[in-house]
Amino acid sequence: MAAGEEPEILFWVGCAGSYDERAQKITRDICKILHHVGMKYAVLGTEESCTGDPAKRAGNEFLFQMQAMTNIEVLNAYNIKKIVTGCPHCFNTIKNEYPGLGGTYEVIHHTQLIQDLINEGKLKAEGGESFKGKKITYHDPCYLGRGNGIYEAPRKALEVLDAQLVEMKRCKSNGLCCGAGGAQMFKEPEKGKKDINVERIDEALETNPQFIAAGCPFCMTMLSDGIKLKDKEQEVKVLDIAEITARANGL
Amino acid sequence: MVAQILFLVITLAAIALFTVNFRKIIRNIRLGKSVDRNDQPQKRLITMLRVAFGQSKMVVRPIPAFLHFFVYIGFVIINIEVLEIMIDGIFGTHRIFHGLGGLYNFLIGSFEILALTVWVSCVIFLIRRNVLKLKRFRGVEMTNWPKSDANYILITEILLMSAFLLMNAADAKLQFLGSSHYTLAGSFPVSQYLMDVLPSSENALIAIERACWWVHIIGILAFLNYLPYSKHFHILFAFPNTYFSNLEPKGEFTNMASVTNEVKAMLDPSFVPAETEAGKFGAKDATDLSWVNLMNAYTCTECGRCTSVCPANITGKLLSPRKIMMDTRDRITEIGKNIDKNGAEHQDGKALLDDYITREEIWACTSCNACVEACPVNIDPLQIITELRRYAVMEESQAPGSINAMLGNIENNQAPWKYSPADRFNWAQEG
Repeated sequence: MAAGEEPEILFWVGCAGSYDERAQKITRDICKILHHVGMKYAVLGTEESCTGDPAKRAGNEFLFQMQAMTNIEVLNAYNIKKIVTGCPHCFNTIKNEYPGLGGTYEVIHHTQLIQDLINEGKLKAEGGESFKGKKITYHDPCYLGRGNGIYEAPRKALEVLDAQLVEMKRCKSNGLCCGAGGAQMFKEPEKGKKDINVERIDEALETNPQFIAAGCPFCMTMLSDGIKLKDKEQEVKVLDIAEITARANGL
Repeated sequence: MVAQILFLVITLAAIALFTVNFRKIIRNIRLGKSVDRNDQPQKRLITMLRVAFGQSKMVVRPIPAFLHFFVYIGFVIINIEVLEIMIDGIFGTHRIFHGLGGLYNFLIGSFEILALTVWVSCVIFLIRRNVLKLKRFRGVEMTNWPKSDANYILITEILLMSAFLLMNAADAKLQFLGSSHYTLAGSFPVSQYLMDVLPSSENALIAIERACWWVHIIGILAFLNYLPYSKHFHILFAFPNTYFSNLEPKGEFTNMASVTNEVKAMLDPSFVPAETEAGKFGAKDATDLSWVNLMNAYTCTECGRCTSVCPANITGKLLSPRKIMMDTRDRITEIGKNIDKNGAEHQDGKALLDDYITREEIWACTSCNACVEACPVNIDPLQIITELRRYAVMEESQAPGSINAMLGNIENNQAPWKYSPADRFNWAQEG
């Protein structure tokens, strides 16, 4: 980036993608996919900082706007036009809430990028692990689905695998939250009779899947914790759509 | 002549009383903060036609959607009959529109079939609420009044439809007997079956017909005046509420302009802020919310679709989006009553936050938008929760400890966790 070259697309990694060990794997797989299709991309590295999403959802608009304006300054300085994010929260914030503060970009989520690449014929599902006939259920992240109406892109990315896609009872616009949104990720839940991620995992397990597909690092944490709690780690794998795509292409 | 004058007096009094109460609600809504919802009129109109007129969001639950559709259509169409009742009442005529001939027979016949479907639907609704006791109609906020309110509405509709059908049955029988005032008009596909249970004396039939006519029209006027005290107000507010609903993606939260000014001034000392409303950040009381939030509250008919899909509520937390809306409505109504009694400056020392909605409720929200998606009339409980959080965080610095820690991390390390910004790119070296 510092070399003054302008990339085709900026990959916004996000805090989870940068620091969370599990999410780092997803980050690296997104890079592998970008590399595989020969796309010229860049990351901000240490110049990236939190979009401000958790601060905004928690009600701290000051902190959100401080973060937003600092980020916008960096993005505009590099003349960024198009951004792909690895997280629906970063996606929603940059796409919807940055324009009003002076940062207007074309923003897509990585599942949309994967769908585009499949549509353009640049990405297939070959040369790697076969998911043919495998039972996969997809969990809609709230900020991708209801928040922004994106239900099809992640499913298209899975359809190409020739796998058996099974929907949970509550899916798409009726999808049940994993329990992490609205800054819940960073606090203990209020008292109740069940944790939200356990409610969701119970529902996912009803479909008897081999894989649970996710599209959000926070959902990933909540769903993985749920699977661990249910002691199903051997039978059911929770994978991000980027990881599934990378595996299917042997990346 | 006495009957005509009495009719006119009752009707005018009912309309006047309704106008007074309706204007009070409009006044209460206007106590909210301003927000511009006049953009994109065409898109707004389409939203209203689709969601309110077309009931598009009801179909998610087919059984209540089906039953509600009958009641809705019945309500809209049978009101054409009210026009005739009004004219007859004022001028002392009987079935003034009978001159329409075949069309009139068709209309009356249709009203009868609709009246029957409304009647049956309302009975099923009563059974769902009181016998089957569906989970959706329970919950901490569904105290005695909301439960009774729902039953009063259903029972009133059943009585109105019964009076309408009984009136027609008596009328048909009088026509059959050749009673002088009762011209041959209308068709009675439903009420013809009621004719047999009625007496055959002409005087008794006239008494029944007149009594039902009065019960029907006074019932409608009474119901109109019940609306401002009831959740049933949605039959009017569903339309403006959908028209003025949020058209942006649900994930997008508003950027607070007052904050933008301060942040810009902080980052650039030479920045001169534009004039904005001074005031507190977020909402502590109902008057700190926007007028759209308050209209939402008056529109809510307490159906509970929001609460039934809320992940926090499903897993046993205190939060219930329906309660958020009911509390907001009850609080702004209370503020309105205070103004009527003690003047605009009166403070009762209470507030929406803490006196109605607890901290535990607002912090249980995952901002997942399921409640917003589920609402058949585009009510947005999440916006109210967010405004209350904004007040708690920005005005009081009162948030759960772990939330404060997360905010501190963002402030100091530009990430919600306690990692060094210098390590942000480490993911590229491992794995």
